[in-house]
Amino acid sequence: MVENVKVKKSHKSSSKKNNLTQQKPRHGENVIKGILFLFALVSIFTTIGIVTILLKETVGFFKEVSILEFLTGTEWTALFANPKFGVLPLVSGTLMIAFYGSVVAIPTGLGCAIYLSEYASKRTRKIIKPVLEILAGIPSIVYGYFALTFITPIIRKFVPDTMVFNALSASITVGIMIIPMVSSLSEDAMKAVPDSLRHGAYALGCTKFEVATKVVVPAALSSIIASFVLAISRAIGETMIVTLAAGSTPNLTLNPLESIQTMTAFIVQVAKGDVEHGGLIYKTIFAVGMLLFVITLAMNILAKLIIKKFREEY
Amino acid sequence: MSNLKLRKLKNKIFHGLVLSSTLFALIVLIVLLSDIVMDGYKWLSIDFFKNFTSRFPERAGIKAGLFGSLWIIVITASVSFPVGVGAALYLEEYAPKNWFTNIIQINISNLAGVPSIVFGILGLGVFVNTFGFGRSILSGGLTLALLILPIIIVSAQEALRSVPKDLKHGAYALGCTKWQVITGVVLPYAIPGILTGTIISIARALGETAPLIMVGAVTFAAFTPESIFDSFTTLPMQIYSWTSRPQADFHNLAAAAIIVLLAVLLTANALAVLLRDKYQDRIKG
Amino acid sequence: MNAKMEINNLNFYYGDFKALKDINMKIEENKVTALIGPSGCGKSTFLRTLNRMNDLIEGTRHEGEILYEGQDIYSPKVDVVELRKKIGMVFQKPNPFPKSIYENVAFGPKRHGIKNKAKLDEIVEKSLKGAALWDEVKDRLNTSAWALSGGQQQRLCIARALAMEPDVLLMDEPTSALDPVATLKIEELIDELKNNYTIIIVTHSMQQAGRISDNTAFFLMGELIEFGETKKIFSNPSDKRTEDYITGRFG
Repeated sequence: MVENVKVKKSHKSSSKKNNLTQQKPRHGENVIKGILFLFALVSIFTTIGIVTILLKETVGFFKEVSILEFLTGTEWTALFANPKFGVLPLVSGTLMIAFYGSVVAIPTGLGCAIYLSEYASKRTRKIIKPVLEILAGIPSIVYGYFALTFITPIIRKFVPDTMVFNALSASITVGIMIIPMVSSLSEDAMKAVPDSLRHGAYALGCTKFEVATKVVVPAALSSIIASFVLAISRAIGETMIVTLAAGSTPNLTLNPLESIQTMTAFIVQVAKGDVEHGGLIYKTIFAVGMLLFVITLAMNILAKLIIKKFREEY
Repeated sequence: MSNLKLRKLKNKIFHGLVLSSTLFALIVLIVLLSDIVMDGYKWLSIDFFKNFTSRFPERAGIKAGLFGSLWIIVITASVSFPVGVGAALYLEEYAPKNWFTNIIQINISNLAGVPSIVFGILGLGVFVNTFGFGRSILSGGLTLALLILPIIIVSAQEALRSVPKDLKHGAYALGCTKWQVITGVVLPYAIPGILTGTIISIARALGETAPLIMVGAVTFAAFTPESIFDSFTTLPMQIYSWTSRPQADFHNLAAAAIIVLLAVLLTANALAVLLRDKYQDRIKG
Repeated sequence: MNAKMEINNLNFYYGDFKALKDINMKIEENKVTALIGPSGCGKSTFLRTLNRMNDLIEGTRHEGEILYEGQDIYSPKVDVVELRKKIGMVFQKPNPFPKSIYENVAFGPKRHGIKNKAKLDEIVEKSLKGAALWDEVKDRLNTSAWALSGGQQQRLCIARALAMEPDVLLMDEPTSALDPVATLKIEELIDELKNNYTIIIVTHSMQQAGRISDNTAFFLMGELIEFGETKKIFSNPSDKRTEDYITGRFG
């Protein structure tokens, strides 16, 4: 039998013999956990706050204006003496910006992504990516200034009877603003395509063009499409560029050279003025805001569904 | 072999196309920056920083905007940083894997996609009117804090996830409590990454305009705030106000203010990148 | 025989997967017990049940009991923090904290309420000496632990565990990431440490088990096949599978 040669340990409270029960209460640990949990709930409360406030005032709005008129009316003259509340001109203005913005952003962004992921050397990528991040970090108010003072004069030089405030200038600028979003999300998706797929195609003698368009893009397609949806959603919610450059004339038109108004620009226009709290005009902010919230939320969820649905590709 | 030649030609054309889209983005950035610098640099002077705005362009300055932005950002940062990091800690270190945690997580990622103007509407409805904070710095700062909270949480979560399990287990094996593991090992390791994300988020808040219009930031302020209940303007609001005037001189003033704004934002971003690089070096050992 | 720990009818599950099947074992005080067996046999899982490190993995559960000095460590009365203070652990890959050598060793004591600088200095010195590292690092206690060699880092981790003055020391393949010279040092250290501590070591190397352990447990597919004195297991195993493993026929 081995004798117990254990030396007496110096700083152990010797009386308590290897007792495994809790020595002193640790209330602090639980308090901290509780506080952190509350912090995590703030985001839930934010969503509840958004939905509640939008619902409350929107319901008030629809007590005075019929939903049918709101959703199908083609005239929006909310700030006039005899107001009409047909939201379609604001929706069409918003969609026009999103459409022409995508025409700029989607091909360019996708091109950037393909170049960075498939063609660029590691060094080139290391330089270009941060520069694109700068583009993404520029505040939209700065883009608004650029649209109004740089893009608009150029358009008016080519098409002199373009209005000072017009949808095209704002669209192009919104498009520029969302290029980095398309390119970075798409590039991430393409980078995630396993090299083994590329090598397989190269081994068959494919050119880079063929590998990019027939292997990489199809494999990453769901995430690429999701990036388009997210970018369009961003364009729909964009406010300052359209407020400064697209005008404030609700206008059911397809002509991008005319002045229009988007949902966001209308909200800003009302908020800027001295609106009586609780009045009908005040409530329009929330009704239009609700529509904007629902559209962008639906698009964000759509983007997630697209990614989820096609995840198991390789 | 003409088929091969054709395929190689196609490849060359495509290479040219994707390269030019990239160059297009870069050129736009250069044009944008140089346009603004050309418009605005002549208007930068000491007085430009010391003056309030004015009906006369040559006397107008950004003092009110600078002070307002500073006040707002202090509120935004002091709310969103602890709440964001706390929420990230809860989600990464404490939260059980259940439906409720899932909902919190999904909710955060959805909030990140909500347009900033909707946060402005929230601020108007809740902080300005329901809580009665009025059109004040407090309302503006809190609104922006909620706006950037999802980005801070997500980036802090990423930083926390990068802490090696080995280190955490090492601390647990010494009989440390969860909070001791967090303060002793997790946070010291993750803090550079958390700060990088926070700085980038706060830079984003600094450039926001739309939510502040909603909570009633003023565009013509000839005063600096003295308390969080004062009304305010910010640098982007000042830029907005000058840009929406028809006179070219005011546009140039706006450009000068943009130069100041971008200088602050680029410095903040550079700082964030430096932090990130230093942090990556350390991970390499 | 003086049993420090006693494992009775232990089953352990990862979700639906049964990783340990009906384990019964007695760990003798101030002896080195080696756990051997092929990869995935459950020896590391078993080691990690002894200080409840498996609690950190979601979806795990156990049946049966593990007694430490007669107390079931999974009893609701038992505080896992107190348990881990008594039962220290050294990991497969050295995992010093990104702090100075001094702060690594003082990490545990500081967090358990020792604030006095002189006292901490004393603990750090004593622990580093106990881990046979003191002479190599005494002049650079404030340099980063990550600058040490792999073998030194592992001894630092041992010192870090010793600083808590544990009773039992669990070691999970502590030399698998080290070169032969560093391995020898750790083995000599283990031989030294068993005078004061009860040691349970998982090892992939049968030679190591033979060199350093008093008792050996052979695991296979979650089962404890054979447990007994190392000398007997290596010279005259009673189970055919033990013999096959030891003679290198598989594993």
